[in-house]
Amino acid sequence: MQIYLPIAEMPVSVLLILGMGAAVGFVSGLFGIGGGFLMTPLLIFLGIPPAVAVATQSAQITASSTTGALAALRRDAVDLRLAGVLTLGGFVGTAAGVWVFAAMRRAGQLDLVIVLSYVTLFTAIGSLMLAESLREFFRTRRGVVRPRRRAGSHPKVFGWPFRMRFPRSQLYASVLPILALSVSVGFVGTLLGIGGGFIVVPALLYLFRIPTGVVIGTSQVQVLSTALLAVILQSAVNGAVDIVLAIMLIIGGVFGAQFGARAGRALRADLFRVLLGILVLAVGMRFAAEIAVRPAEPFSLHLPEGRR
Amino acid sequence: MRARLALLALACLWSGPALAERLVTSLSANQVAIGSNYTGAQLVIFGIIERDGQSADRPDGYDVVVTMRGPREPVTVRRKEPFGPVWLNRSQQKFVAVPSVLTVLSSRYLAEIAPPALRAQLRLGLAAIVQAPEFTIDRGQDDNPFRAGLIRLKTRDGLWSQHERGVVFVTREFFRAPMAIPATATIGNYDVEVILLSGGAVLARGHASFEVVKTGFEEQITVFAQDRSLIYGMMIGALSLAFGWVASVIFRRD
Repeated sequence: MQIYLPIAEMPVSVLLILGMGAAVGFVSGLFGIGGGFLMTPLLIFLGIPPAVAVATQSAQITASSTTGALAALRRDAVDLRLAGVLTLGGFVGTAAGVWVFAAMRRAGQLDLVIVLSYVTLFTAIGSLMLAESLREFFRTRRGVVRPRRRAGSHPKVFGWPFRMRFPRSQLYASVLPILALSVSVGFVGTLLGIGGGFIVVPALLYLFRIPTGVVIGTSQVQVLSTALLAVILQSAVNGAVDIVLAIMLIIGGVFGAQFGARAGRALRADLFRVLLGILVLAVGMRFAAEIAVRPAEPFSLHLPEGRR
Repeated sequence: MRARLALLALACLWSGPALAERLVTSLSANQVAIGSNYTGAQLVIFGIIERDGQSADRPDGYDVVVTMRGPREPVTVRRKEPFGPVWLNRSQQKFVAVPSVLTVLSSRYLAEIAPPALRAQLRLGLAAIVQAPEFTIDRGQDDNPFRAGLIRLKTRDGLWSQHERGVVFVTREFFRAPMAIPATATIGNYDVEVILLSGGAVLARGHASFEVVKTGFEEQITVFAQDRSLIYGMMIGALSLAFGWVASVIFRRD
């Protein structure tokens, strides 16, 4: 069954889009990330104009993270104070990202910047996460339990001014490193057309050593606020959100996210980290292959900036 | 009747006074309407060759070439080249007014219809259209690979095509040519050019045009998204929140 997308100006298969929404929703619910970094390439692969793909999937992220955030709130697995600080920084970073995005586009180097950022960021973060989590995974299996964080063993930056207490996350630290994290995530996320949840989650896990249970819910709340802002801005500025595509992705996504979130609760924390590391690394490798392998078709067509 | 006479008069003008043949063409529709179930469409152009009494029989028979062009848009073709260990877009060629959709139909092989010089002059066939000097801006580099790449990629995307058996003569002087409008067709005006040849010489030309438009819900949404973009965005945001909330109520376990 095919349906015509009014803004993307092309027909797509309803079942295919519902299925893609469900699959990405599952991963998103499992790891507490937006899933934009998976959805955007998939939609572009289907032939949907990149601007429409980037803009529309933020509607799906809004919906799936609403569900995720509400579920986490009910389980009391959210640090609202931390989510607030992250959101604040995220908005600042998003604004800066939009500005650089436009400047790079004018310079004609946006494609290169995006691919190189994907490769370095995903490969670096993915490898770090995988190495760290594998070490931990095997250590746990051998029965050696490492204390999660000892008093006084935290990084020096936590002791900077403007210290704040985050009781839910068992964290007492300066807000400056947290703001720096969220500003850079908002910035990079806007540049790459992704929510940035996949950076926030590992950063909170590995840098700030916040318990896994709280990290996912908190990240969901932050992803929700960023994605909601993105939907409104993308519609108002670029007119690139396709309502028909959005509804199909949302319907597929909310169901997928539910099952993902359930699977996530059943997953052991150390296995969870290994899987997330593999996922991020795989996306990085895919982009690396894109520029490292001799292309079958060296030519590509580029329409002027705008919707197509 | 008057309308038909006017059409005939117009066709006469196009064919020119010195030529004996007149070409009358008609499209099966003047509009392709895009609704929610649109997955492509087909239009047919019909044509009649009218001869005045004195003209001699054409021993070579008639040949027809139909060229359908969609709305023009600027296109940049980029080429990936090795740069150290990686492949990057290193060179590019800009094409100013590329038909978004382009279909060439002919009654037989273009090579049999007209010699290369005439094909180039009349822009008969994808190659001749793209090879035209004014099609791109000369930058002093070899642009032939870019022109060939443009044809290859547009053909791969199903937007350009060439069928050398696409025009069918029903009788000696009556022909039809079915034209496929692709699913991803750009909205706007399409023009169809019909050229009548015989023995490698042009006898007459005809023109027709149609438009591809969105209708109903598709049109209303597009207009609303453009004219009330902020409200449209807030609506989609609210919709997304509502969907997420409904899902969390449905799946609530306690």
